[in-house]
Amino acid sequence: MGDHHHGPAKGLSRWLFTTNHKDIGTMYLWFSFAMFILGGAFAMIIRAELFQPGMQLVEPGFFNQMTTLHGLVMVFGAIMPSFVGLANWMIPMMIGAPDMALPRMNNWSFWILPPGFLMLASTLFMEGGAPAFGWTFYAPLSTTYAAPSVTFFIFAIHILGVSSIMGSINIIATVMNMRAPGMTYMKMPLFVWTWLITAFLLVAVMPVLAGAVTMMLMDIHFGTSFFSAAGGGDPVLFQHIFWFFGHPEVYIIILPAFGVVSQIIPAFSRKPLFGYASMVYATAAIAFLSFIVWAHHMYTVGMPVAGELFFMYATMLIAVPTGVKVFNWISTMWRGALSFETPMLFCIGFLVLFTIGGFTGLMLSIAPADFQYHDTYFVVAHFHYVMVAGAVFSMTAAVYYWLPKWSGRMYNENMGKIHFWVSFIGFNITFFPQHFVGLAGMPRRIPDYALQFADFNMMSSIGAFIYGASQILFLYNVIATIVSGKRVTDDRVWDGAEGLEWTVATPAPYHTFEVPPAIDPTPAHG
Amino acid sequence: MFRITQNPAIDTVIKLVTVAVAMFAFVFVVMVPLYNVLCDVLGINGKTAGAAYTPVSSAIDESRDIRIQFVATNNEGMPWVFRPGSTMMTVHPGAANDTVFFAQNPTPDPMVAQAIPSISPSRAAAYFHKTECFCFNQQPLDGNASAEMPLQFIVDRDLPADIRTITLSYTIFDVTDRAANTLATR
Amino acid sequence: MSFGNIIRALAGPVLAFASAAVFGQGNQVNMAKGVTEVGAEIYDLHMLILWICVVIGVGVFSVMFYSIIYHRKSRGHEPAQFHESTKVEIAWTVVPFLILIGMAVPATSTLLEAYNTDDAEIDILVTGYQWKWKYEYLDENGENVSFFSNLSTPQSEIYNSQTKGENYLLEVDEPVVIPVDTKVRFLLTANDVIHSWWVPEIAVKKDAIPGFINEAWTKVPEQGIYRGQCTELCGAYHGFMPVEVHAVSREEYDAWLAAKRADKVAQAAAASQALSLDELMAKGEAVYNAQCMACHGMNGEGGVGKAIAGSPVALGDIGRHLDVGIKGVAGTAMQAFGGQMSDVDMAAVITYQRNAFGNNTGDIVQPSDVVNHKKG
Repeated sequence: MGDHHHGPAKGLSRWLFTTNHKDIGTMYLWFSFAMFILGGAFAMIIRAELFQPGMQLVEPGFFNQMTTLHGLVMVFGAIMPSFVGLANWMIPMMIGAPDMALPRMNNWSFWILPPGFLMLASTLFMEGGAPAFGWTFYAPLSTTYAAPSVTFFIFAIHILGVSSIMGSINIIATVMNMRAPGMTYMKMPLFVWTWLITAFLLVAVMPVLAGAVTMMLMDIHFGTSFFSAAGGGDPVLFQHIFWFFGHPEVYIIILPAFGVVSQIIPAFSRKPLFGYASMVYATAAIAFLSFIVWAHHMYTVGMPVAGELFFMYATMLIAVPTGVKVFNWISTMWRGALSFETPMLFCIGFLVLFTIGGFTGLMLSIAPADFQYHDTYFVVAHFHYVMVAGAVFSMTAAVYYWLPKWSGRMYNENMGKIHFWVSFIGFNITFFPQHFVGLAGMPRRIPDYALQFADFNMMSSIGAFIYGASQILFLYNVIATIVSGKRVTDDRVWDGAEGLEWTVATPAPYHTFEVPPAIDPTPAHG
Repeated sequence: MFRITQNPAIDTVIKLVTVAVAMFAFVFVVMVPLYNVLCDVLGINGKTAGAAYTPVSSAIDESRDIRIQFVATNNEGMPWVFRPGSTMMTVHPGAANDTVFFAQNPTPDPMVAQAIPSISPSRAAAYFHKTECFCFNQQPLDGNASAEMPLQFIVDRDLPADIRTITLSYTIFDVTDRAANTLATR
Repeated sequence: MSFGNIIRALAGPVLAFASAAVFGQGNQVNMAKGVTEVGAEIYDLHMLILWICVVIGVGVFSVMFYSIIYHRKSRGHEPAQFHESTKVEIAWTVVPFLILIGMAVPATSTLLEAYNTDDAEIDILVTGYQWKWKYEYLDENGENVSFFSNLSTPQSEIYNSQTKGENYLLEVDEPVVIPVDTKVRFLLTANDVIHSWWVPEIAVKKDAIPGFINEAWTKVPEQGIYRGQCTELCGAYHGFMPVEVHAVSREEYDAWLAAKRADKVAQAAAASQALSLDELMAKGEAVYNAQCMACHGMNGEGGVGKAIAGSPVALGDIGRHLDVGIKGVAGTAMQAFGGQMSDVDMAAVITYQRNAFGNNTGDIVQPSDVVNHKKG
């Protein structure tokens, strides 16, 4: 496993050539935060344009570039790499492994990301502008009718895909081969479980996305017609392939978030996670179902009625395992000894808002009702409740929870709480009114809207600026902690925290578990 | 679990890379053909068979009248005049029917067109058999020329009883460049 | 549907109160009820699921907040150590499953109803274009009536130099007209990219896909104007291609259709007449504002499209200018307008472009020139 028994190299070469899972995890986390700020800046442009009816700041074509890049950067640049970073830091420490199974590949899978995003961002300066066909890039808008920059977009997606696949392979190889003796599968922390399942999903569907963009490339440059009716193809085929990737992708984003919440809620409830085994099974069930529900994104394309019914029933079923998870978290809190430090606040915020997102998801699964919801702001509200309040809130909770272990310093609790409340309120001001305008008939991805949507849109924009500003507080708090936070010496940091990562010194040494830890042979979770 | 190498981690990697490559191939060799098969079976997008139907002689069901509507659409940039010879006809299931579509190339240059059929309601697609259709092949027309393009079809006797109207739409695409490329590579 | 009525009776006041109390009048917070039968069914279904979710949500969150309030460490609550219960786990797997079945039953029947397009009296072919809709009324005798429907909101309202009208962005120059109490079938397709035709109050949303046709139907019981928009991202001006449906009495519909037919004949006749420069300029300005301005700018300064003011096309050879207008420019957003505009409109707008924005060529292009140019 490479070089042992010495600290990190100095300077730039430490970061360029590192094979240390902690260094790579740190780089992933900082990179994803940078992307979060970039994607957030795009969102601010969108919300500023939508502040009032009429065109004020940008042109409609540029507006579409912003919505497209906002989606791509947030999904592929911010959320996914942030959880990979967290996996890098935590999985070896949670299973008692000295490092990831394939440290060198780990380095590559990170270092191809920045060039990939550089390529994607560079499309903004190309003739015809950046991709403007939405993050779902439906053909033929993304093929026959796309700006020339689409080719660079395709290569960027390929690079991000390769990075994700390498990252996931590494995680699977680590979990399957590097567990400390006695760390059986059913003793693994839930975060490791959710990531293991996520990694399998990634390995299965990122190649499908690669296939979809490769077909686009061939249609654009090599005269095939996968997605063009003129040559015997079909634009609807694109949507099927895209969502065959896209729906599992949704769970790729949310499952690690479930894992994080399942670590943090027990810690601050001072009580073991309720229903550990059922959590594992529910995660697996969600992952399985995610492969057979993709066409619920396409209820209005004119599928045969039998197809609509199948996808409707299958989608509704997802409510069952998701419900089990929510009930388990609440039962974990029930009759615990709760305290409300920042990580717990973000987890409770997650629980409330993700559940609302789940309810709107159930509403959207009802095919005939979806005829009215489809491609409106109701959908935008729904998936931001799941993506932001789900993934981003839990990621934020994770940073606050493990930052003391990583840095050896405690963050400013008051500032953390302010960050939570401002985020929570800002988020709801932004996205709750979007349910209303969506139901009232405002389509998504439009740069200008009818007058009856004006009040709620203004509210939404104000909320977005508040939420955006609160992230600066977060950045400040994290940097201040690392630079001059109060030192933490206790290994456990939080009195209710359980797991191997809390048995190593604080801050976590550069190399941990070079000798496998002894694992308590009694079942940890019951 | 079978082993490929001494190192179990490398083993895992090899297996997973195989899965990833297989999934990439799956898109091309399974999803695309499977989709086309499903389209034929379920009539997704009202697609009809791309080749001529060989009629099995069957009695004509004179008790049912099926209204057939014809619709013609030009895709973007297709300057041809393209319209059905008759916009509507009433047929009996099992009977062979003839009609034509009229096409005219108003430009001075020779062009090649491809017509794409689509049937509504889509579940009727499986029961709409074309024995001859201009859509089976690309249709060339010289500059300023016009043509009547034939269509022969049979509505299946097994057409579900609740379907009384079938709409057959053709969208005509300009494939002059595509046809030229094919010729050039030959 | 009695259950639906109860839901509506409950929901209406609650939501109206909430919206009125917080935001004043005029902010719709819920789905349009829908004037059609299917629309009402979808609304009831929506409300049913919404209330089930609200009830479950209130239950779940009550438990959670009870715990947050009473099971605090700061109140000295000692943590219990239980961490599983098979009975409870089975209960909260089975009960939600049963609730889902309860939802699936009405959802299925509504879906089947929405899919039943049989026996329509009127068939309208709806074609999506970047960025407008074309409507074609199919006729048994081949006397199809067709026209384009463009956004009629002026650019000056969009760019804030004029007060926005009541139906800002939801108004068109030529609405689609249908008779009430008649089953109308819409056949949907597209000319370029995928569009989606949506009118909330008649609960029709269906994608328009290039090369293929989709279908949807409605039977509107009440006269009125129903507005909607394109709901599938279709390029730069996706937000600017509204739908306006006028539901009128059968008599008015017949009269409207007859007038449209007569119009078609009159337009053909007009193409053979010569017009004065002033007439062409006046007409051309109207056509330019409706069709060209979005891309080429209020003063011909350009935008998505090239500038018209001082452009080599507008100042150069008339034949080349007609070519661009009629056939479009391949690979760009400049479409072939030859099939979309009457010959008179084409002549007028070309004349206008050659004489407005400082392009004082003095050229006059007559409808007959357009006809001859099309012949080649």
